[in-house]
Amino acid sequence: MMMIETRGLCKSFGDHVVLDGIDLDVAEGTVLALLGPNGAGKTTMVQILSTLIGANGGEARVAGHDLVREPEAVRAAIGVTGQFSAVDNLLTGEENLLLMADLHHLGRSEGRRRAAALLDRFDLVDAGKSMPATYSGGMRRRLDLAMTLVGDPRIIFLDEPTTGLDPRSRHTMWQIIRDLVAGGVTILLTTQYLEEADQLADRVAVLDRGKLVAQGTPDELKRRIPGGHIRLQFADASGLEAAARTLGEVARDDNELTLQIPTDGSVRSIKALLDRLDDQSIDVNEFSVHTPDLDDVFFALTGHPDTQKGNVR
Amino acid sequence: MTNFSFALRDSATMLRRDVRHSLRRLSMTLSGLLTPIVTLVLFVYVFGGTLGAGLGGVVHGGAYINYVAPAIILMTVGSGCATTAINLCMDMSEGIITRFRTMAISRASVLTGQVLGSLIRTMITIVLVIGVALLMGFRPSAGPVAWIAALGVIALFTLALSWMGVVFGLVGKTPAGANSLSLIFQLLLPLTSSAFVRPDSMPVGVRWFAEYQPFTPVIDTVRGLLLGTPIGNSAVLAVAWCAGLTLIGYLWARAVYNRNSVR
Repeated sequence: MMMIETRGLCKSFGDHVVLDGIDLDVAEGTVLALLGPNGAGKTTMVQILSTLIGANGGEARVAGHDLVREPEAVRAAIGVTGQFSAVDNLLTGEENLLLMADLHHLGRSEGRRRAAALLDRFDLVDAGKSMPATYSGGMRRRLDLAMTLVGDPRIIFLDEPTTGLDPRSRHTMWQIIRDLVAGGVTILLTTQYLEEADQLADRVAVLDRGKLVAQGTPDELKRRIPGGHIRLQFADASGLEAAARTLGEVARDDNELTLQIPTDGSVRSIKALLDRLDDQSIDVNEFSVHTPDLDDVFFALTGHPDTQKGNVR
Repeated sequence: MTNFSFALRDSATMLRRDVRHSLRRLSMTLSGLLTPIVTLVLFVYVFGGTLGAGLGGVVHGGAYINYVAPAIILMTVGSGCATTAINLCMDMSEGIITRFRTMAISRASVLTGQVLGSLIRTMITIVLVIGVALLMGFRPSAGPVAWIAALGVIALFTLALSWMGVVFGLVGKTPAGANSLSLIFQLLLPLTSSAFVRPDSMPVGVRWFAEYQPFTPVIDTVRGLLLGTPIGNSAVLAVAWCAGLTLIGYLWARAVYNRNSVR
């Protein structure tokens, strides 16, 4: 059964088109990662699917309920943890969870039981008695997600759940998400990190400037991305010039004194490249291998680089 | 359970949240409490002599405090409105409100909870202001029934201005903006009413305004109930103003809250 279905979903703010005909399907118990740079429309997508804002066109069903006609039924089935912390800063961690329990109309004892279990599960037992202002970023995000889970939602929207977290907190969050999926929850998560999508998602949808430019499993998607590249940096312009002559058609940056050579990352191809330079006695100052990242995905799928990074290609 | 009882339950939950907020934001809550008391002291001990002399024989029992205390009590309602507006505006900027909107809870309950919290806060403040006024020499002649009626009118007025405070909190984009808007009820209307001087001593235009704005009939009604001065049709006008402002405030607040789904 499809827990999230959208057909031709459109949204614009004035003249600015944010989403332009989005078709998505997320099957029950799976994770879909919506991958895209800032401003791609990821958050808008989550806001529409969680009934916060209306779409301008198209249709969407969440948990089998139409977003426009049955928003209450949609809200009863979903949980949302947004990019911006949605905790009450004047209540302690535990009070925040009890507030959620009250709003889900759980009884007093059931509410206490569930709050205690969540504090324990998310390693917040001690922090539960203090205000969120004293929390680290990772703790805040965990409390945020714990609040979402009080109502036992079948569908969870996670809008950039690990943006701004340190690596350890990120891995903790990933494990929490995996556990949720193991429990049968359907998840739509947005992220700017290819690695995160790779780690967590059954399917990945790449969103760029309001359009879905690719959809598939992480492996399918990676096959569409050209391999990584080798970056060579030279001590002076003559070295750069000599290497460029030897290697032929490569991307070149005269200011940085670098060359970028496409590679499939195999040892054999790297050795061949180094041998050619060695034959000509060209000294390389720095050598590095780059595996595909989101930047490469974007370049490959959209024909333009991620707007925030450079355009040395 | 019916939708209505869910709405009541959600509002009660939001009220508990608001009470906790008031206790945690203690300095703000206390300043909301002290402002009316400072105003009372100011008007009785600083301006009272001159203003009372100007009013002459119309002051019941001779002391200006008897004339001004009911007005200060109702100004307390006005500053309660400002506190509500600021609290609500700060609350609306928090992510938790966005979370509430994605939950299957009664939509207006966030607002209703704050209004009920504001009502409780303001009524507690009013009891304290009345206590201080009595210590300073306020001598109402009212019996128990008149006292209850007076407190009832004050509560109705508080309910009305709390809903207007919610509107200001939603419409004013920042806490400062929300506070500026509530100056209407905090200062503008009380100062141009029968609060401190009698409207018939004012220039024609101002007098006309004073006679047809909400504070004058509400103050005159409370004054009449507590001191036995004539009430006339003020009571009817006061209740009508309260009912009207409550209804407008509620509908307006609900409409703005539902429209601004993402801030």
